[in-house]
Amino acid sequence: MKEKKVYGLTALFDTPDRIIDAVKKISSDGYKKFDVHTPYPLHGMDGAMKLKPSKLGYITLVFGLSGALFALLFMFWAMSIDYPMVIGGKPFFALPAFIPITFELTVLLATLSTVIGMLTFFFSFPSNNHPLIGSDYMRSVSADKFGISIEAEDEKFDDIQIRALFSKLGTIQIEEIYYPDTETFPMFQKKFILFLLVIAILTGGTTYFVLNKLLFMQPFNWMMTQDKLIPQERSEFFSDGFGMRVPVDGTVARGFLPYEFKGEVNPASFLSNPILLTKKSILFGQQKFLTFCSPCHGNFGDGDSRLRGQFPNPPTLHSNRVKEMPDGQIFHIINNGQNIMPSYSSQTTVEERWAIVNYIRVLQRAKNATQSDLEEIKKESAANGK
Amino acid sequence: MNIDYTIEAPVVEGRLTLGDIERLVAAPMESKPDKKFYIALSISGTFLLIGAVLLAMSFYKGVGLWGNNQPVGWGFPIVNFVFWVGIGHAGTLISAILFLLRQKWRTGIARFAEAMTIFAVMCAGVFPIIHTGRPWLAGYLMPYPNQHGLWVNFTSPLVWDVFAVSTYFTVSLVFWYIGLIPDFAVMRDRTTAKIRKTIYSIFSLGWRNSHRNWQHYEKAYMLLAGFATPLVLSVHTIVSFDFAVSIVPGWHTTIFPPYFVAGAIFSGFAMVVTVLIFVRKIFDLEKIITLNHLEKMTKVILATGLMVGYAYGMEFFIAWYSGVQVEQFVFINRAFGPYAWAYWIMVSCNVIIPQLFWIKKIRRSIPAMLVIVILVNVGMWFERFVITVTSLHRDFLPSSWGYYTPTIYDIGILLGSFGLFFTLVILFTKALPVVSISEIKAVAEGAQPNHGGAH
Ligand code: HEC
Repeated sequence: MKEKKVYGLTALFDTPDRIIDAVKKISSDGYKKFDVHTPYPLHGMDGAMKLKPSKLGYITLVFGLSGALFALLFMFWAMSIDYPMVIGGKPFFALPAFIPITFELTVLLATLSTVIGMLTFFFSFPSNNHPLIGSDYMRSVSADKFGISIEAEDEKFDDIQIRALFSKLGTIQIEEIYYPDTETFPMFQKKFILFLLVIAILTGGTTYFVLNKLLFMQPFNWMMTQDKLIPQERSEFFSDGFGMRVPVDGTVARGFLPYEFKGEVNPASFLSNPILLTKKSILFGQQKFLTFCSPCHGNFGDGDSRLRGQFPNPPTLHSNRVKEMPDGQIFHIINNGQNIMPSYSSQTTVEERWAIVNYIRVLQRAKNATQSDLEEIKKESAANGK
Repeated sequence: MNIDYTIEAPVVEGRLTLGDIERLVAAPMESKPDKKFYIALSISGTFLLIGAVLLAMSFYKGVGLWGNNQPVGWGFPIVNFVFWVGIGHAGTLISAILFLLRQKWRTGIARFAEAMTIFAVMCAGVFPIIHTGRPWLAGYLMPYPNQHGLWVNFTSPLVWDVFAVSTYFTVSLVFWYIGLIPDFAVMRDRTTAKIRKTIYSIFSLGWRNSHRNWQHYEKAYMLLAGFATPLVLSVHTIVSFDFAVSIVPGWHTTIFPPYFVAGAIFSGFAMVVTVLIFVRKIFDLEKIITLNHLEKMTKVILATGLMVGYAYGMEFFIAWYSGVQVEQFVFINRAFGPYAWAYWIMVSCNVIIPQLFWIKKIRRSIPAMLVIVILVNVGMWFERFVITVTSLHRDFLPSSWGYYTPTIYDIGILLGSFGLFFTLVILFTKALPVVSISEIKAVAEGAQPNHGGAH
């Protein structure tokens, strides 16, 4: 068998007073790599071991402050920059209302960092394969004895000398501690690879199932399928099957003015354009024409619809027929519709309709511009310096 | 712990040696569970099951099964939430505040009280989540980057609650675990059974009782206690904000935070005493959890009970003094309205009956103590009921007044939460040391060097 490597020597003592005295002697003898093991912390041991005060508090301080800072900055960003919203009349940066969460995050980060920092950074835990663990010595010190261990790595380590020292100090038992045999686990074992594979399939499968199947099953789909009617949905409740209800007969909407020529073919003689042809009204008319009329009639009224045959193409608005129509008749067509062209009375107001009519006139004139029109434009652009 | 305790009655009675202490505390974990254990477990398990079934039905059918409706939308779930969070507060008070105040007697009961904190907060956490009716959407409470580009409303007390309660739970759990590490090491070194040894080894993380570790450990314990103290005060303060930040008459008062915190400690201590009375008897821990400890706790109950009584009186005074009509109405309605029965149960259980603790004989008599603390628990539950329900059932608009009656589902789920709590407590007594072995050893007689550093 291989020669075992020595970790160090340990000695047990049976009263708190003895161990304190022993530790004082050992630390003043100049041993550095020694440790004391007691079932509970003993008063005065820090001094006897000549330990410096614990620096753990710095971790707490740094993380506590960063918790506070993070919370404040994050809430500031979320509530005043990313998605500003006035809530309860408070300012976007409502400091008093941010204090509770800032406090909680400070405490959370401070405590977690203290504990995790202590266990990993200060103690290098977990360390279940430490040579002392599992020894008789450890069993005694975790019950009711007090022990000292001196590591073989200490510069002054000398087996015979230390044994003599321990017995002079009144130890009840000395034990030599060895490093445990190191076990090695080859990485590419068949079993291990199989295990990894199974884990991969399991996690992959579960994730797929949860995200793609489970979340669409009851009860997870209850948010999506609710017992309410979405617009356009069929209703089982009403006998006509319509989910959306029509107003009672004779209901009049606010601001509604009845159109007295509804259904007539040519009431144009009664309707005359009340709007002056100003630049402003033409631009307004252009905007409305592009919004409501251009999908079918095309941007310039040529009848080149953008609907790709989903609706019959209308005739051009530059025909003689339309050119010769009085303003009132175009107005009437918008209001009343014509054959398959639907009425636009609910989408547009009276002024908008007249503005559209004016814009159609502009389009017609532009398409059939005369020589004098062109000269007029040239003059105008010269005056504008173009 | 590195603390200069004043001289007082010994914390551990009967001159136990360190070995005796360890044996006593470890006994429940090393013996097979007996009949009593199974009986207790099956009773609490039954309650838990009742609660679970009724809860499942509530999820399936919807929360319409409960009594909550307009105008009382908060009903039982919120009453139970506040009640359980309050119970939790005693544990942190004992483990952190009494630690900072260098109260040596806390060692016998701290571990247990901390465990109760954790279990109570678990019970509490259930209620706000189920109250929404769609507990699987509770994740929305956390701020996380989402497609909507929305964040939670950080200025809402309900979101503060989420942060406060989850921080409280995490910190309590960590604090508890830190205290348990040395005890896991003790158990690891005591047992020979292979599986248990492995489990204890894993949780002990390789603790070696090294003084180089103890030094940092004590520092960490101190720091944690220092953080847990303001934390525990903040938690019930924030819970009280759920009410106080609204404008509902009877809720909109500045006295709420201290009033809630005092009430929480009051009810928490009552619960700790209730459970400890049984635990010390069943597990022969009378020498470690002594009558002196219980007596000290009854004193705390008496003191906090007086604070709660003061708050009740002050609420009435302020209602009158403020001259606000609805406020005055709400308080008169509390005492003489349709919920007067609940109000007077609350007053008698919380203010009148605990006055018996002025008498030393009663403070030292276990049966009398048990009756009183149970009544205090009842009274404190009713306090939350009175606050929540009486304010809501008749507020500003008389046209929408109503009377709230809980349904069988409400009551069953409340019983279920008790079932959950006691099931966890019972399992805990068998699985982990109910008293901190290393702490109690440190305060036993002759455990510390008697010449200390002055040698
Ligand atoms: C849904 C497509 C569609 C839209 C949008 C539409 N129209 Fe029409 N429009 C038609 C069709 C189709 C006809 C031909 C109707 C017919 O057969 O008499 C027509 C006819 C007309 C005529 C008569 C042309 C003629 O020669 O008789 C005018 C004027 C007219 N539309 C103006 C407008 C105006 C102004 C708008 C905007 C408010 C508009 N339309 C929006 C489809 C549309």
